[in-house]
Amino acid sequence: MAATAFSSTKFTQPLPLNSTRSADRPLLFPAHSFKTTPSSFLGSTHKLSLSRAPISPSSSRRSAAVVAVSEVVKEKKTKSSASLSNLLITKEEGLELYEDMVLGRSFEDMCAQMYYRGKMFGFVHLYNGQEAVSTGFIKLLKQEDSVVSTYRDHVHALSKGVPARAVMSELFGKTTGCCRGQGGSMHMFSKEHNLLGGFAFIGEGIPVATGAAFTSKYRREVLKEADCDHVTLAFFGDGTCNNGQFFECLNMAALWKLPIVFVVENNLWAIGMSHLRATSDPQIWKKGPAFGMPGVHVDGMDVLKVREVAKEAIGRARRGEGPTLVECETYRFRGHSLADPDELRDPAEKAHYAARDPISALKTYMLENNLASEAELKAVDKKIDELVEDAVEFADESPLPARSQLLENVFADPRGFGIGPDGRYRCEDPKFTEGTAKV
Amino acid sequence: MLGSLRKIVSQSPRGISASGIRIIASRTYASSAGAKEMTVRDALNSALDEEMSADPSVLLMGEEVGEYQGAYKISKGLLDKYGPKRVIDTPITEAGFTGMAVGAAYHGLRPIVEFMTFNFSMQAIDHIINSAAKSNYMSGGQISVPIVFRGPNGAASGVGAQHSQCYAAWYGSCPGLKVLAPYSSEDARGLLKAAIRDPDPVVFLENELLYGESFPVSAEVLDSSFCLPIGKAKIELEGKDVTITAFSKMVGYALKAAEILAKEGISAEVINLRSIRPLDRATINASVRKTNRLVTVEEGFPQHGVGAEICASIVEESFQYLDAPVERISGADVPMPYAANLERMAVPQVEDIVRAAKRTCYRSVPVAANA
Repeated sequence: MAATAFSSTKFTQPLPLNSTRSADRPLLFPAHSFKTTPSSFLGSTHKLSLSRAPISPSSSRRSAAVVAVSEVVKEKKTKSSASLSNLLITKEEGLELYEDMVLGRSFEDMCAQMYYRGKMFGFVHLYNGQEAVSTGFIKLLKQEDSVVSTYRDHVHALSKGVPARAVMSELFGKTTGCCRGQGGSMHMFSKEHNLLGGFAFIGEGIPVATGAAFTSKYRREVLKEADCDHVTLAFFGDGTCNNGQFFECLNMAALWKLPIVFVVENNLWAIGMSHLRATSDPQIWKKGPAFGMPGVHVDGMDVLKVREVAKEAIGRARRGEGPTLVECETYRFRGHSLADPDELRDPAEKAHYAARDPISALKTYMLENNLASEAELKAVDKKIDELVEDAVEFADESPLPARSQLLENVFADPRGFGIGPDGRYRCEDPKFTEGTAKV
Repeated sequence: MLGSLRKIVSQSPRGISASGIRIIASRTYASSAGAKEMTVRDALNSALDEEMSADPSVLLMGEEVGEYQGAYKISKGLLDKYGPKRVIDTPITEAGFTGMAVGAAYHGLRPIVEFMTFNFSMQAIDHIINSAAKSNYMSGGQISVPIVFRGPNGAASGVGAQHSQCYAAWYGSCPGLKVLAPYSSEDARGLLKAAIRDPDPVVFLENELLYGESFPVSAEVLDSSFCLPIGKAKIELEGKDVTITAFSKMVGYALKAAEILAKEGISAEVINLRSIRPLDRATINASVRKTNRLVTVEEGFPQHGVGAEICASIVEESFQYLDAPVERISGADVPMPYAANLERMAVPQVEDIVRAAKRTCYRSVPVAANA
């Protein structure tokens, strides 16, 4: 297993099964290692020693952490300990996870190329380094389950099953895109796959996700659709956890026991604002128990650990036991967006996380446990390369949206808007160009 | 209980007066004399009741809509009838619950969000515009958002700057939103039912001071199938000398002004806009082509207002029909003052409308009359 920042103190077994917090091991980031390792959890830089003070070790902090562990997670721990000898995944599962992560990585690398070639435009936020979170969570979902994402949404869309062609085409601004070229990089939607956006503002997606979860409950309890056990995942970053909507929704989701998992992708940086410099108590997972839901911290660079936690949290939601807050400690390998010069992050910190690449880690795990051969994994790489190439070709060859598309889709029922008396779109009316829009 | 279609009949007892403030009586002009009377409050309540009864995916959420029966008692009786899963008391978290309702609408429910007043929608405007209004477009037509945002809008009385504001022009400028503003009980019932059934986000601007007003309602209006078209204005009063456009409470003022003008031999045509967006340009232009004069009335701020848009439409489409410059009556360009005398000056009054209409007909001296 790839070494983790805390492996020396935490995971002495060769196969760390328990990525969730447990009563006897409440903290994944023991204070002593924290002090001596500048780039361990919430690594950031040594310049921030002042900010670290509030999370220095104390007995009260430990007891608070114990409270955070849900009964469910504790039980699970006992159970899974019993089957310690088993591998965490089957060969098929391993290959699925590997393929999804490689797809996410290759797709984003290709996006960077295409962006620099001028094929896509605006803000493009890449997901490199965080693949274990998307794959670890979303691959456990059913088609009917929902995902609500942020502006860093391409890979969530891919994991949820939106074809790479449709996502690439959307980024190229082509009419074959998953939103006909009307959404763009930050607004991926797919009704078929229950991908509900793509939100460009911090915290904006969380209430929408809460509403999707509310719908599942409403359908089961009011509309009497007994089999509606759909779960919603809300993805967002560490920066969002200082936004009011996060707290508003933790409250409502716990209050109404909604089937939702709040997945924090804590990549330690909100553009150039270090998490430690922005947040009074940087242990985000602790906010779960404050609202009456379990809070779990997991190594977000390890897809198997993420998957274990995700199983637990999604299962809890599906059983109607309410929401869970999961903090995945991860890292983005690129700047905030392709326009970000990324000058504030310490190169040592970047190198530290680069050495913990989640894809390499899974690869090593699979090879060491004879879950796959080098050749099999190479075959996956090749398959994905071809898939991404094909997506680019498809997007490149696809037509631009027609002029008439400008005024389409503003309303489900556009009567009274944008349509002339003859039933034709007003942009086809020569007088329309009297406005400022050049069509 | 669910799905059992119920006959109408408003259940709310009469006379729960939220404010006790009476505006100018304006029943004179409503049609079907001798018909039953109904308050705007009961009209809204019965519309909610019927639509919730007809469609189990309709739900109501907001602050105090349940156990308190609504801050203005619009949701009275609904909690008892539909239970706490469909009439949902929310915490005081506008951004949170509005966004949540939008998310529910993405997924096929038909939420009605009540803002205690529309001023509080400012806390949630991101979700009204960015999450609700834009989603159908951004998703290339995949995600429609059947949701209603409703509550009292506009100037109340003595509540100061932060609680007295008209949002018609604000929301009226956003693509993806439909914006309705009822005046009478007929409007309230017909438009709210249309809004709930509509597949798109609708901003429904009520007026606190009208809730207690009674209007005659015909049997047709009381029928549970009654519904008004979105985007159609109503000619409340036919006339030939000057067109007065107004919405919400200002329709009553315009009718009162028309009454005064009639005594002086000026025949005013009063248009109740009903729909701010889409705006019924056809009806307004047809009227101005007949009267050749236009006065617009609104409570909101003057700059970039509803009146400004109507004037632009007339100048673009019916310029050659105008016999006088158009007149805009609006709220003063200031935050709402608290003092009663200042407050009165800050919103349009009947005499302002009368004066403007006379000016368009060259019946008064423009400058001196203003002083």
